[in-house]
Amino acid sequence: MAVTVLIPTPLRPFVGGRDAVELEAGSVGELLDRLAGQHAALKPHLFATDGRLRSFVNVYVNDRDIRQLAQRETPVKPGDTVSIIPSIAGGTTVAEALPRLSHEEILRYSRHLILPDVGVEGQQKLKAARVLLVGAGGLGSPAALYLAAAGVGTLGLVDFDVVDKTNLQRQILHGTSSVGVSKLESAAARIHDLNPNVRVETFETRLTSENALDIIREFDIVADGTDNFPTRYLVNDACVLLDKPNVYGSIFRFEGQASVFHAKRGPCYRCLYSEPPPPGLVPSCAEGGVLGVLPGIIGSIQAMETIKLILGAGQPLIGRLVLFDALKLQFRELKLEKDPECPVCGAHPTVTELIDYQAFCGIGAEPSYDGAEITAHELRDEWQRDPALVVVDVREPHEYEIAHIDGAVLMPLGELPDRLGELDGHHEIVTHCHHGARSLKALEILKAAGFSKVRSLRGGIDAWAVNVDPALPRY
Amino acid sequence: MSLVLDARQVAAIRRHGEADYPAEACGLIGGAVEGDRKVAVQLVPLVNQRTDSARNRYLIDPESFRRAQERLERDGLDVIGVYHSHPDHPPAPSAFDREHAWPWLSYVIVGVGQGRAGELKSWVLAHDRGTFDQELITSEERKVVWQ
Repeated sequence: MAVTVLIPTPLRPFVGGRDAVELEAGSVGELLDRLAGQHAALKPHLFATDGRLRSFVNVYVNDRDIRQLAQRETPVKPGDTVSIIPSIAGGTTVAEALPRLSHEEILRYSRHLILPDVGVEGQQKLKAARVLLVGAGGLGSPAALYLAAAGVGTLGLVDFDVVDKTNLQRQILHGTSSVGVSKLESAAARIHDLNPNVRVETFETRLTSENALDIIREFDIVADGTDNFPTRYLVNDACVLLDKPNVYGSIFRFEGQASVFHAKRGPCYRCLYSEPPPPGLVPSCAEGGVLGVLPGIIGSIQAMETIKLILGAGQPLIGRLVLFDALKLQFRELKLEKDPECPVCGAHPTVTELIDYQAFCGIGAEPSYDGAEITAHELRDEWQRDPALVVVDVREPHEYEIAHIDGAVLMPLGELPDRLGELDGHHEIVTHCHHGARSLKALEILKAAGFSKVRSLRGGIDAWAVNVDPALPRY
Repeated sequence: MSLVLDARQVAAIRRHGEADYPAEACGLIGGAVEGDRKVAVQLVPLVNQRTDSARNRYLIDPESFRRAQERLERDGLDVIGVYHSHPDHPPAPSAFDREHAWPWLSYVIVGVGQGRAGELKSWVLAHDRGTFDQELITSEERKVVWQ
């Protein structure tokens, strides 16, 4: 007496149309090997190329799943009944539409291909994907590098800047040899060197309400690496209007945050921050400084989330905001709810097309400073003629330590209102900062306090170092 | 081989796809082989066991398959195919479908776009597992029924 193997309908054509086969064997493994040995055409349907039983082939010994017994080692004896039971799985994502991988790509991505969650299909999805990076700077650098290395087929880059030496401390997409070159040219060269399979599409322009929809429409996912609020709201609104996921990241000094905004599946940036902060409240990297590694971490999170969205793997950062504190090395997570009253993604949106984001963020509404600024050359000449002229440095003490103008008085902007008594309104006063922005705020404080003979150094100490005193280091 | 599905069965598959949208609907097709035709007799709608990504995956676990098979066998029928829906995708098999496919069975796929069932197509796995070939669906009236 032998073991009876019950054959399910899909496999019967391979065993001469029979619904049962009798075989001699001591274990399930031996039994299946004999079965496949006698009916060679069965083999590819039962076993994967690595010799393991396919995941959708279930084997029962007398009504018990061998997974709960001893798997292939499960003993069988004459008179037992072994059933092969299908489980049936499938799903969308049309394979025919996905691009094939070349031999070079298969080798290059081999560490991806052996990951169950990526595999060939996932890598093909990456190849088919089109990701737009807004900004090729601190966040855009690691995001672009990792996305290119991972094999994202098309990377779009929007930037209009040239590489500056002060970028190199964190913008690892660019090198010293690229200083003075356009960021897009520099980025495209680096990406091509890293992975020539990636197509780079460059948009050498500022993203505006006029061009944002046309640019973003052509991509599947947007990674927002912008450093200013008007562009961030613009990217958000355009993504909501076009139903694109927006992988968001932002950094400040030692802290960063990241989330995925996809209005169809969760909140958008406006659900989190309905209004921008008043202009000037949150300093940019240039004003506030940033630890170079920080954008590396946040930009890498953006790259990871982008890849997860493309693969459909894991839990995306939708409806969650990750807060990172580099000094404590701490990640915290906030749950984000969709705001039903959200002006752009809520039930009754009031923003149904792109607006003027400069005005929305209060930029451009500032008073005009005509006549209130002085150039570095003018200051040098006037100071020589009038040694009583007072130069007030409104930067922070640690900036003063890096470089300062000889003869200038240090009064950090925050202390200025309390130290007005130290200034004599009869003398000409010139305020200066690093690049000229804080200095204009100092000007307003002084004017409001009744000082009339005040001006601000255009371009700050940086302009002074370039035009008047080349011995000063620039920072 | 071709698959014989009558108009009522086609309508039932489409309705199931619409009812479960945006998740994938799935079920088994019970029937009998007559010459070179698989004739559908009875549909067995099943619950999609995938809760993690039911929008783009479906799973019929072995227990459900066994129970359905036993029920069909009592009526003298066999599992001749599987149907499932592709929410917001065309009714063509994906690579995932092919990797997980059984030979011989008819894989009937209905595209459901924006909640409305569209085209219905049937596919059979090639013996080398390399491709899924489209299979003719006919709706002629059944002449022979099971005993």
